[in-house]
Amino acid sequence: MKTVRVLIVDDHRLFRSGVRAELGPSIQVVGEAEDVESAVATIAELEPDVVLLDVHMPGGGGVEVLRRVLGSGAQVRFLALSVSDAAEDVIGVIRGGARGYVTKTISGAELTDAITRVADGDAVFSPRLAGFVLDAFASTEAPPIDPELDSLTQREREVLRLIARGYAYKEIAKELFISVKTVETHVSSVLRKLQLSNRHELSRWATARRLV
Amino acid sequence: MRPRAGRVVAGVAQGAAAQLRLDPVVLRLAFVLLTILDGVGVVAYAALWMFTATEPTEQPHGSRDWGQVAAYGLLGFAFGALALVSGAAAGGLAMWPIAVGGIGSLILWQQAEPGRRQKWMTSTVGRVRATWVRSGIGLLLVGVGVIGFLAAQDQLAQASTGLVFTGVVLGGVALIAAPWLAALWRELQKERTERIRQEERAEVAAHVHDSVLHTLTLIQRAAHDPREVTRLARSQERDLRNWLYMPKQDADATLAAAVRRAAAEEEDAHGVPIEIVCVGDCDLDDGLRAMVHATRQSMVNAAKYSESPVVSVYLEVEPGEATVFVRDRGKGFVLDDVPDDRMGIRQSIIGRMERFGGTARVKTAPGEGTEIMLTMKRTTP
Repeated sequence: MKTVRVLIVDDHRLFRSGVRAELGPSIQVVGEAEDVESAVATIAELEPDVVLLDVHMPGGGGVEVLRRVLGSGAQVRFLALSVSDAAEDVIGVIRGGARGYVTKTISGAELTDAITRVADGDAVFSPRLAGFVLDAFASTEAPPIDPELDSLTQREREVLRLIARGYAYKEIAKELFISVKTVETHVSSVLRKLQLSNRHELSRWATARRLV
Repeated sequence: MRPRAGRVVAGVAQGAAAQLRLDPVVLRLAFVLLTILDGVGVVAYAALWMFTATEPTEQPHGSRDWGQVAAYGLLGFAFGALALVSGAAAGGLAMWPIAVGGIGSLILWQQAEPGRRQKWMTSTVGRVRATWVRSGIGLLLVGVGVIGFLAAQDQLAQASTGLVFTGVVLGGVALIAAPWLAALWRELQKERTERIRQEERAEVAAHVHDSVLHTLTLIQRAAHDPREVTRLARSQERDLRNWLYMPKQDADATLAAAVRRAAAEEEDAHGVPIEIVCVGDCDLDDGLRAMVHATRQSMVNAAKYSESPVVSVYLEVEPGEATVFVRDRGKGFVLDDVPDDRMGIRQSIIGRMERFGGTARVKTAPGEGTEIMLTMKRTTP
């Protein structure tokens, strides 16, 4: 298996070295960055496969890095990593273009697995993110503007529900009698909907979650 | 001191009567008569209304005796008609504008009474609008009173030059003072914002001190016990997260909040992280409360016996029903092997759910972990 080249972007030095130490042998950490400016410059210079991106950083946070790097047309994949569980933050970075979202409490093995998955072009959903997506897509009474993008299929809903219940992809595949590859396809499809749906409710929902 | 109970109009006569040790009827009649003679009664009444405070009482005052109001009104009307016919009040006609003006200023003064103003200001927008309407009516009445008085004295023509002069001077003063007043207002606003910000900062500092610093101290003292350190850190993390990101929820009122609280308590008690994901929420009813208990029992079982490093809880509220999944990746067990006398699963989970019309399903096998699925119909919005 080829090694995945990873850049860690986080403003906490202790956290960066912690992650570096925890990652498995299949991951090669090629560099670190501590703010938006240095992240954008380092990504352009090192061209890593996957960027581990902190959500809250000086200079605009992870969303700003996503906007500037993806806006320039670079082919880099992002995995957001944050202590924040706020819906606004989670939905924000996913809509910004991240391929997944995990919280910083994740174990080293799980993080390694998530990075590999993102490097392969798949999406990574934590149980909480799955819950947010179910909540956001369920909470609308308005008819979808684009039925293809604005609603989840029955199967996608089942997959998300199992992720929210704490199932790993392998366990989901077994539960639904489908292959792991199919599970990944469903999750990627949900990610695409989440990023492309223009549904007004999605952002409003995320904001309202915070303000209640 | 004006009493609140037993008023006819505003309790002025009653208050004054109590002060003078007279029967209020005597004073009421005196006010009516004075009003008919030259309007002085109204002015005096208004003045007394302004200057006597309301009896401070929290009791809701009884409703006005409208019969009495009508009686005094009729009496005054009759006397007034009589006086008009006989021409006795002719000389006092000039007093009427004063009376009108008096009522106007009375309304304005009423607005300024601190307690009342506060009551109006803290109320809804409608109340505030009512305040403006009242102020407008008050100003109008004062204006009518003043002009009427001048007209009655045939001095309106002379006064008009004076009025114009006064108007010009007032306008000039307003022009001069306006920027300064505006600056003062802005300053006040800024100070207010600053104060609010400081209060917020103080609140954050207090919270950080009470919780985070306290926990850090505890962690240092418990450094030899990794399990305790993890427990403390988890508990603090949860607390801080709730404080930062969670809307304030009442754990006695809604399902998601109740499940979260139960998870937090069991996590603290057993030192096993419980990950919780909630989709949707609804108010609690008896069935859902039973489900919260069953959920708690499931979490306790998972934390105590499964040896799983983490327990996942998923709550989904759908239009017709609520579902909870409690899952661990622990050692699992064979359901039929559980002795009948063990109350945990059969009574506290399955039995409890079924008593309230819900269902509980246990999915487990040795080495496969355990998942308990609880479903309950909803009756609440």
